Amino acid sequence: MTYLAKPKFHHPSLPKNEIGFTRRDYEASTSTLCAGCGHDSISASIIEACFELSIEPHRVAKISGIGCSSKTPDYFLGASHGFNSVHGRMPSVLTGANLANRELIYLGVSGDGDSASIGFGQFAHSVRRAVNMTYIVENNGVYGLTKGQFSATADRGSKSKKGALNSDSSIDLVAIALQLGATFVARSFSGDKGQLVPLIKAAIAHKGAAFIDVISPCIAFNNHAGSTKSLDYVREHNEAVNALDIMVGRDPITVNYAPGKVAAVTQHDGSVLNLRKLNDEYDPHDRLAAMNFLQRHAAQGQIVTGLLYVEADADDLHSNLDTVETPLNQLDTAALCPGASALDKINASLR
Amino acid sequence: MPLAAVNDFVIRFANVNGSGSASANEMFARAIMRMGIPMAPRNVFPSNIQGLPTWFEIRVTEAGHLGARGGTDFMVAMNPQTFNADVISIEPDGYLMYDSTRAIPPGQLRADITVIGIPLTQICNAEYTDPRQRQLFKNIICIGALSALLDMDFAELEKLIGEQYKGKDKLIAPNVHALHLGREYAKANFACPIGLRLKRTDKVGDRILIEGNAAAALGAVYGGATVCAWYPITPSSSLAEGFAKYCGKFRHDPETKQARYAIVQAEDEIASIGMVIGAAWNGARAFTATSGPGISLMQEFLGFAYFAEIPAVVFDVQRAGPSTGMPTRTQQCDLISCAYASHGDTKHVLLLPEDATEAFEFGASSFDYADRLQTPVFVLLDLDIGMNHRLCRPLSWDDSKTYDRGKVLSAEDLDKAKDFGRYMDVDGDGIGYRTYPGTHPTKGTFFTRGTSHDARARYSENGATYVDGMQRLLRKLDTAKGILPKPLRSNADKPTRFGVIYYGSTAPAMSEAAEILAKRGHSLDLMRIRAFPFHQDVASFIADHDFVFVVEQNRDAQLRSLIVNELGIDPVRLVPVLHYDGSSITARFISNTIGDRLDTLKVTPLRKALS
Ligand SMILES: Cc1ncc(C[n+]2csc(CCOP(=O)(O)OP(=O)(O)O)c2C)c(N)n1
Ligand code: SF4
Repeated sequence: MTYLAKPKFHHPSLPKNEIGFTRRDYEASTSTLCAGCGHDSISASIIEACFELSIEPHRVAKISGIGCSSKTPDYFLGASHGFNSVHGRMPSVLTGANLANRELIYLGVSGDGDSASIGFGQFAHSVRRAVNMTYIVENNGVYGLTKGQFSATADRGSKSKKGALNSDSSIDLVAIALQLGATFVARSFSGDKGQLVPLIKAAIAHKGAAFIDVISPCIAFNNHAGSTKSLDYVREHNEAVNALDIMVGRDPITVNYAPGKVAAVTQHDGSVLNLRKLNDEYDPHDRLAAMNFLQRHAAQGQIVTGLLYVEADADDLHSNLDTVETPLNQLDTAALCPGASALDKINASLR
Repeated sequence: MPLAAVNDFVIRFANVNGSGSASANEMFARAIMRMGIPMAPRNVFPSNIQGLPTWFEIRVTEAGHLGARGGTDFMVAMNPQTFNADVISIEPDGYLMYDSTRAIPPGQLRADITVIGIPLTQICNAEYTDPRQRQLFKNIICIGALSALLDMDFAELEKLIGEQYKGKDKLIAPNVHALHLGREYAKANFACPIGLRLKRTDKVGDRILIEGNAAAALGAVYGGATVCAWYPITPSSSLAEGFAKYCGKFRHDPETKQARYAIVQAEDEIASIGMVIGAAWNGARAFTATSGPGISLMQEFLGFAYFAEIPAVVFDVQRAGPSTGMPTRTQQCDLISCAYASHGDTKHVLLLPEDATEAFEFGASSFDYADRLQTPVFVLLDLDIGMNHRLCRPLSWDDSKTYDRGKVLSAEDLDKAKDFGRYMDVDGDGIGYRTYPGTHPTKGTFFTRGTSHDARARYSENGATYVDGMQRLLRKLDTAKGILPKPLRSNADKPTRFGVIYYGSTAPAMSEAAEILAKRGHSLDLMRIRAFPFHQDVASFIADHDFVFVVEQNRDAQLRSLIVNELGIDPVRLVPVLHYDGSSITARFISNTIGDRLDTLKVTPLRKALS
């Protein structure tokens, strides 16, 4: 139940970050999502990333649309202002919020239905406007909250739980983000905390539009044979470009092995993951190469994960609009109102 | 007998869109104003960009009637395409001026009108070689000729040319020369002046001539708006563009030259209202400008903002609908769609300015209302107000005023406060306290959502909690009634059983109509509504009269429906007077409609005659 706050008991020996906060300070209400939902693992990664970055939780604004994924801001960073907007329209609300106060950290959380269908336009435009944000899509290929319809990221030929065949081709949000000029583009897997946490940290640190597509299996509606977003399917088809350790979204499993090596990791359900660590050769500074890489592996039925593209000194919407450093919401009457004498001059010019 | 009148006639220019006539016509209008004669200019234009017909009308009115009069006394027919229709539209015994370079086919002119042919093309071709110059100076020569025909103060025109081309001084002499060419031609070939004349007087006072959208944009600047997100749509685009212009002028940091505002042309109206809501949630004053189709797209977000209690300002410049309807024609047809925008039970604050000055005033105060009431506020203009220049009171500002940001808690407030719940009605006025994101490390955060929530903003589908919240929203609207602009009442000099209710751009035509009706022996008390939810005075005004005419510019009597619905009035007592052909409502229309109704009362029982 979302209204059940977690007990605020802090074990005295819990590790603290640079600003003296424990992980618990980044948590919030207990999740109401299905146990094992990939989205909860993403929440955990967000918590971890913010803890590690020593972010003051109240300096984060977490904004989402509608869907199971969009519910998650209720389950992390309880000391932050949250905003569940309307279906597919998180990006515009986030853009407006960012315009009002450039100093906060903006975390946009959305689903694949939310961002690739009803909100496809807003997704695209917030990215091309270079809004300084971390935009996370929790991508399960289905509409979770409305019980299992296909989303626009579902692959052609995949089957719904009810057996319907998806005959439409899918939208790859990462490819689109690259094409639209996002200055930070990544894909990850909800169970791969080791890969996801650093990506979220880097995205938050990035100034400009940072986009992360996180494959996040839906236990309830998309974890069956025939789905191409099921746990098994993604495990088998994961071609990671850098941070590579994959975990199923329950209790975290840690692995420790050398870069460039492949490790077989047994999961709670007995299945075995073949993990391959960071490909050091991959250069994430070449947009064109990133697009090629993505398409080449997509043609082989593989999902590329990792940081695909980053532009170090990117601009953001505020630099493009050349707005003042002081947040617009802090400007007072004196700074904003031209006053009576200016109006008298205007009047005089209109006679 | 040709028409004869001093400072009281309608002149209309029929032009081809894109021919450069607009600035010449406006200069002509301004010169009349500078002669101290009140006048009301109006653009009449179809929905197209180039090549098709457009008209510009000036009602010269020493009596100061600024509503449209209807009819044309003097037609300047510069558009061959509409020539025949233009000639037909001239009032009996009126005047026609045309380019006589080419002869009019025989049989196309009326016997009663006075025809004034000026060979404009011929004069231009003889004088100029550049084709664009030939086109532009044609308009100036035309104004020069009119100055002689109507006995204008020529110095005012010369002065205006000087002002218009200040900084581009080498354009002054050729323009003045063109004025002279027209003036001399008219003097040499016609008995100047004709029956219609302009005579200097002092009836303009300190009034200014300003476009409604520009005034509303200035209102947004003065009201402290820092975020504007919009999507182009006629007739509202010039409002957002005006905001950009005035911000460019007034809103830059003096040292860094950086902008103290942000303007985003959004991808659509859904995004524009989303940005406004996001910005306002985060403590900036934000607005969008749109028209009816945009309001339709914003519905879900507007309901969200109402329920989650987020301030937002929406300028709706109404045009004829439904759908694209007549996109460049005026109506007051979004009243209900704005008042009840969205699904579920919603009710929004509306401000209803009558002209540019009130568009400025209401535009500026709309941000205070939105912040104080924590709810969307609509400023309802229409094309007639927004896209025409209107003579109106000068804009004024009280420098001692500071913005009222409503109930916002700072970090210090939160430290002192015992308790915080975003939607708790601590003061009994239906309005909770809010905090901006990022204010305090441990206190005052809350979750904003469109799903039902309790007083602490926590998700709850408990029926009683939901009903409590919805009732509180009604209490908030009661608070609104006390602070919004009150309706203005003016009583007839005799006691009367009849009243009239109207709003917005109907105002000038209505006051003129009341004078006409008084002369016909019909006394009427008037009430101009300026805001929704309706003030208590509206109900008492209706109670004071047996029957009240409700004059508005739409087919379905939306204001009347809103009054019936909100105040529980017997519909029979509210008599609709509806004008909705897209043109500005006229005093003629109102006085004829109401007058005829009242005349029938002499022979028919009251209830039957009016119902
Ligand atoms: C305007 C509108 N249309 C439809 C819905 C119903 N709806 C709620 S969530 C949802 C889909 C969510 O899918 P996704 O974004 O993929 O999130 P998930 O639940 O899978 O995490 C839909 C269609 C809605 N809330 N609003
Ligand atoms: S339905 Fe799917 S997406 Fe929604 S909570 Fe359950 S597992 Fe997660």
